[in-house]
Amino acid sequence: METHILSWLVWLPIVGMVAIAFIPRDKNEVIKIVAAVTTGLQLWLAVMLWLRFDATTGGMQFVEQAKWIPTFNIAYKLGVDGLSLPMVFLTPLLSFLAIFVSWNINKAVKGYFALFLLLDTGMIGVFLSMDFFLFYVFWEVMLLPMYFLIGMWGGPQREYAAIKFFLFTLVGSVLMLIAILALYFTCGQTFDIQLLVQTAPEALNGVLWWGISAIKVIWVLLFIGFAIKVPIFPLHTWLPLAHVEAPTAISVILAGILLKMGLYGLLRINYGMLPEAVWWFVGAIAVLGLINVIWGALCALAQRDLKKMVAYSSINHMGYALLGMAAVVAAGSIHGTNMGAAQAGLSGAIFQMFNHGTIAAMLFILVGVIYDRAHHRDINGFGGLAKQMPVYAGVVAVAFFAGLGLPGLSGFISEFMCFVGAFPVFRLIVIISTLGILLNAAYFLRAYQRIFFGKLNEKYSDLPDINGRELFAVVPLAVITLILGVYPRPFLDLIKETVTVIINHITLYGGSFVPLP
Amino acid sequence: MDNYQSLANFWPELIMVGTAIAAILMDLHYRRAQSYKVGYWVLAGLLLAQVAIFVQPREPLTLFLDSIAFDPFSRFFKTVIVLATFFILMVSPYSKELKHYRTGEYYVLIAVMVFGMFLMVSALDLIMVYLSIEVVSITSFVLAGYLRKERRSNESALKYVIYGAFSSGLMLFGLSILFGLTGTTKLFEIRSALGQLDGSANYALILSAILILAGFGYKISIVPFHFWTPDVYEGAPTTITAYLSVAPKAAGFAILIRFFHTVFTNGGALSAANWIGDTGLPWPQLLAVLSVVTMTLGNVVALQQTSVKRMLAYSSIAHAGYMLMALPLLSGEGLYAVMLYLVMYLFMNLGAFIVVIAVKNKTGEESFEAFRGLGWEMPLLGMVMTIFMFSLTGLPPTAGFIGKFYLFAAVIKAGPQFYWLAIIGVLNSVVSLYYYLRVMKMMFLVGEHKNILTTPTTMVTVVLICLAIPALVFGIFWSPVADWVNQSLMFFTQGM
Repeated sequence: METHILSWLVWLPIVGMVAIAFIPRDKNEVIKIVAAVTTGLQLWLAVMLWLRFDATTGGMQFVEQAKWIPTFNIAYKLGVDGLSLPMVFLTPLLSFLAIFVSWNINKAVKGYFALFLLLDTGMIGVFLSMDFFLFYVFWEVMLLPMYFLIGMWGGPQREYAAIKFFLFTLVGSVLMLIAILALYFTCGQTFDIQLLVQTAPEALNGVLWWGISAIKVIWVLLFIGFAIKVPIFPLHTWLPLAHVEAPTAISVILAGILLKMGLYGLLRINYGMLPEAVWWFVGAIAVLGLINVIWGALCALAQRDLKKMVAYSSINHMGYALLGMAAVVAAGSIHGTNMGAAQAGLSGAIFQMFNHGTIAAMLFILVGVIYDRAHHRDINGFGGLAKQMPVYAGVVAVAFFAGLGLPGLSGFISEFMCFVGAFPVFRLIVIISTLGILLNAAYFLRAYQRIFFGKLNEKYSDLPDINGRELFAVVPLAVITLILGVYPRPFLDLIKETVTVIINHITLYGGSFVPLP
Repeated sequence: MDNYQSLANFWPELIMVGTAIAAILMDLHYRRAQSYKVGYWVLAGLLLAQVAIFVQPREPLTLFLDSIAFDPFSRFFKTVIVLATFFILMVSPYSKELKHYRTGEYYVLIAVMVFGMFLMVSALDLIMVYLSIEVVSITSFVLAGYLRKERRSNESALKYVIYGAFSSGLMLFGLSILFGLTGTTKLFEIRSALGQLDGSANYALILSAILILAGFGYKISIVPFHFWTPDVYEGAPTTITAYLSVAPKAAGFAILIRFFHTVFTNGGALSAANWIGDTGLPWPQLLAVLSVVTMTLGNVVALQQTSVKRMLAYSSIAHAGYMLMALPLLSGEGLYAVMLYLVMYLFMNLGAFIVVIAVKNKTGEESFEAFRGLGWEMPLLGMVMTIFMFSLTGLPPTAGFIGKFYLFAAVIKAGPQFYWLAIIGVLNSVVSLYYYLRVMKMMFLVGEHKNILTTPTTMVTVVLICLAIPALVFGIFWSPVADWVNQSLMFFTQGM
């Protein structure tokens, strides 16, 4: 198809960034409006893309390809399929809303919004790149603005949080670089992701490096890189710090989009290029998913800082998605080719990625709302706010219930699908991880009760309710959560074909899988 | 080609000699306060030399009875040297450090040094190897001690002389063993003579190779021949530090590559198996270990520095380590990657040092503290420094990433037996991120919004922008550099 819609999606924020660079630095309002218009246009493009997306095929669509550095076979290649489409929609959506969340930034406004738009390009570029080199460039490009956004506009411990985030992520991505190069030289000198998905399983078949299967070596290198981003226990320690210290809008982006990049990378790269290793490693994914679920929930339960609690709940939610991803092996003949379970699990994982994007974004925005007013986030430091801020209390209720997976809200459906998919294969693990739901309910409800019920804390008797700008940022997300909670079919239909393609690809290389309890 | 004919292809060197002589004469003419104008004469001579390099015939020749190579390989390095010299000459008149001195000789010495480096990158004869290295070394000793009223600068010159004398003594000893074994000083003849040696001279050959490596290693400051680097870099005028970290290092790599390539490999195909003779030494592994030690030591020590200038000194050791990483295999890809990296390194490293000059002009210091909040006060300086620091770390989309990418690609291509080297290399670049980010942290994360903005002197600003643009653009579109390197290497890898 002869359109450049994907290129526009990627480069529009850069255009906005350049425009901002030319605005005098005391014109704060103009800068904010330019940023909002840019991301708004990007969102409009994403909606257009969504509408024109052909859900009846699982292949790449809207592909754009151009030579970049021919001597190294590096191409500029973009494409979108059912796996990336939800994220390609979510990225501009959250970016657009985050602009409004950061409307009251008043320190170095020009720098903030310029960096924010650069971050936007990096994020959407990761989801659209179909060339491994390009993918890596976008993956790394995000780090620079993120470092400054956390480090310059963050909370009291921002310097430490920023550098910790940067160092952790960089360790992962340099290992990924080695894996990329190893794939390049062993699989016919190409960076084309689609091509590598075709050739890598054959080319790496039987190759041994120091007596270890090359597939496993590359898998582990890539897995570490993506696991840091997800983050998977025990590589998660950067996350609570970064989320808590980052300014609200950046926490939204971190939780809403950056975490999904890890899962996206696992599905796109690891599952795509190393299907054989999926069978080898899937048990570990399920176990790690279980640990994420329980560990994240327990840590959240122990927090007094509301933002930290939400941050740990992200670790918990990513655990469900990992369980769903592990369910893909249900389609193998060892498990009676249970296509339904695999389909449910993998769709559930992708759906969970999207839902967590909306729910976590809501949660962080709402934490930011109360923090802006009370200047602290101690759960025990409030009380009785339901009377003082009734609208706020209502919106928080929606967000909290979505977070704990209440039926009728989207989070429930995706978590349920992950469980259903993984159950036939990982019975015990799924049973234990349902405990996570219980723990989720415990900390969310406890926090809600302490903040909103009981006697009104006199200190806060003049706290204004949530304002229009903040509502504007939250309501779209709440609406999406409600609609998809009741009627998820449109979403699931959209990704169905791609999910089938992934499952077929993996079952084709069904290796020796040792079932875990 | 005999001596008389050779002169026709010797224009760049002749021009630099003429420039040095002319500069000495011009220096007599200028008063002390005007003495920086000598620099413009040197600059003119330099540009003329570059024109000569550019218009010279392209086919490879050897000059002066096989003692000087005239090939695209040397032309490449000459151009790199000219580029580095150009930027240093542009900035030098604006460095406050040098304001209190008569700078006529300073520029004359730079001209002589360029001449020496031109010879270094094309030496094909043991005598020429030694002489060219000495010309460069002796001029750099003087330049390092140019701030003669400062103890630090004196100390640095003295240390430089002592280490320099010692390592060139070692190298000379190695060269003489080589001469003793083969009876000739011409590199090509040495190679064929070495091929006919029986195993009895193996130990002498190993000793000679190690001693020569020490001499070259000193020039490019690889561990354990690096001890002079931090002190000299810290004491020397910052312009000279910047210069030493780029131009002589490039020349050192050129001579190292040419020497080892011509003498110690069997010619033709380039692979680890072709190292000359059955010396029993695992050369590739040895060089790989040197590379690992160099980059790790450079990075780890750089972490602890309090002075940005000294931090950059150690980081330049680490960068020598990265480049060395691609050499063990002496493969076409390895050489290609090293040369590409040198181009990228030129822009980012010079840029970083010139930012230090700008900061020192403003605050009189070069410590991390001097950078506090500068990003708020001098946004332009902060932005270009961001580009240089991220480029030195090797993050896309900067030139430094492309350089590192090619280095790692060369190592990975060599096969799984060298993956460990690549993994240590990438982890090292993560370590380096920490200290480069310290500069960023000082410039941006601390400090407050300022209403009055300042920029460095116009010329410094212009030079900084001229360095920052390639440091960014070559990270996105580097085909021109890649093609240039490719052409420069074509004859080299085929002809030898």
